[in-house]
Amino acid sequence: MAAPLTSALLYLDGVSVSFDGFRALNNLSLVLEPGEMRAIIGPNGAGKTTMMDVITGKTRPDTGDVYFQGTHDLRRLDEAAIAELGIGRKFQKPTVFDAHTVEDNLLLALKAPRGVYANLVHHLSGAQARRIDEILETVRLAERRREPAGALSHGQRQWLEIGMLLAQDPALLLVDEPVAGMTDAETAETAELLRRINRTHSVIVVEHDMHFVRELDVKVTVLHEGSVLAEGDLDAVSADERVVEVYLGR
Amino acid sequence: MIARALVSRFGPLVGIAVAILLALAVAVPALNLLVPAGSPLHVPTHVVVLLGKWLAYALLAVSLDLVWGYCGILSLGHGAFFALGGYAMGMYLMRQIGPRGVYGNPVLPDFMVFLNWTELPVTWWGFQSFPYALLMVVLAPGLLALALGWFAFRSRVTGVYLSIITQAMTYALLLAFFRNNMGFGGNNGLTDFKDILGHPIQGPGVRAALFAATALALAAGLLIARFVVTSKLGLVLVAIRDAEARARFLGYRAERYKLFVFTLSAAMAGCAGALYVPQVGIINPSEFSPANSIEAVIWVAVGGRGTLVGAALGAVLVNAAKSWFTGALPDYWLFALGALFIVATVVLPKGVMGLAARLRPRKAPLPPQAPVPAQQPAE
Repeated sequence: MAAPLTSALLYLDGVSVSFDGFRALNNLSLVLEPGEMRAIIGPNGAGKTTMMDVITGKTRPDTGDVYFQGTHDLRRLDEAAIAELGIGRKFQKPTVFDAHTVEDNLLLALKAPRGVYANLVHHLSGAQARRIDEILETVRLAERRREPAGALSHGQRQWLEIGMLLAQDPALLLVDEPVAGMTDAETAETAELLRRINRTHSVIVVEHDMHFVRELDVKVTVLHEGSVLAEGDLDAVSADERVVEVYLGR
Repeated sequence: MIARALVSRFGPLVGIAVAILLALAVAVPALNLLVPAGSPLHVPTHVVVLLGKWLAYALLAVSLDLVWGYCGILSLGHGAFFALGGYAMGMYLMRQIGPRGVYGNPVLPDFMVFLNWTELPVTWWGFQSFPYALLMVVLAPGLLALALGWFAFRSRVTGVYLSIITQAMTYALLLAFFRNNMGFGGNNGLTDFKDILGHPIQGPGVRAALFAATALALAAGLLIARFVVTSKLGLVLVAIRDAEARARFLGYRAERYKLFVFTLSAAMAGCAGALYVPQVGIINPSEFSPANSIEAVIWVAVGGRGTLVGAALGAVLVNAAKSWFTGALPDYWLFALGALFIVATVVLPKGVMGLAARLRPRKAPLPPQAPVPAQQPAE
């Protein structure tokens, strides 16, 4: 394997994406160091979700470089290959498998071979069962483990999806609006959970909720019209006049 | 005792169904062969053949339920895999005729002599051997499914577009098999079979044996399908059915899983066709007709999609109704079939099995099967 081009875990340089002439990403550059947690904020249509799509292989950039761990060119890989490299994603709208029970959702996400044959002859090992129990405790769904995920409340679905990310145990977690629709207490708990996850994983969080971003207390990147407008701690970017202008309008 | 062991490994529905099939495989031939014709317990040979035909259809329904009920692949061309398995068996039976044909040619079937052919086409080589024919029963539909699926799933063709492709496939095969120079008997197909494994195909012993073989094959098909859907792979299949994009972001290559289950299902449908042909005594291109494949979808919908046993039950129920209707009210069968489909989708979305579960709540819960629209991550 070639020597790493960069020590960064995730490296985006000059990435542009257009949909029918609309520039969703415009010369976007972003660098995430290993072990870092980064919050991404920005008004609607700033390109936050498109950026996630580029990183996870759903959308191919028109121009620019996207590297994971300095060696993997993410532009050349599909969703499944990128997931196997160790990039996990939680969607804006919680996406769990409604027909499956809570524990089966976690089993599907659990780090394990993804091949057809391996799954045909799969037997749940003791270690895997214990890991599922642990995660159920962490996301507080142990009581509801045998219920279909479709029966969960919105907040619980958010937590189940975070639990699926934990089960997947990726090097990098992309978390899109984890506290949308949560109560204040749930929001605080989620921030605590993400900080705990960040001890062993790198995380990118996209969020609108400023209280939540403040509680995370991490470096913030502000996106606007597909590129980075400002970067720094929350107080610094909130003081930035251009950021205020974008958020409050002229 | 066997029933209890089956229930504990494969769940109540499949366990009981398999136990019933094993009992039928013994009882029906016994009541046909051993009980004298005058006795009220005697099962006449034409009933044995009719039941055997329904069970072959039931195996086709189970194979279709495996892809449609559990992986969301609505195949409108499963009749093609059934027919290919049937043709493979028919070719063996044609070679068994030997010099007893009208033209007395020891190698060439009658229709080839009639077309002034002098040599056996390559496609027919080896079909004098029963094991080779059995291999082809599985391989011909399996390879077709593998090839079609490889192109379609890799290009992420899903939903109604995939259904249309499968429908086009069976129609194309219908037209191809009609042609005399394809070498499969043209629009007359293959018929006038004499022997199977050296025994006269019309003999009551062979009739009963074919019925027993069909019942056992259906039982095996149910067990294989149940094994697949209760494995972790089965969880992945349902995950792909309900949220394919999400499954990909977890690292599952949806196209490989679909290809596996589609090919397995096609091979199973081929076995059903191979059991069907010696019982009805003919295979011709009309078996490829799109209406046949659609009818199979109706059996599954009526029985209950995503239940396996329901699919088999649906096939038997609808065909029993068809037998009665085509005798009593022949002009109205298609209307009745259409009405049945509408009733099944509107009133009984989970089919007969769903109705049974609703009448007996809290006992033997069905596998969850609410068809959730694929959720795409949104901006």
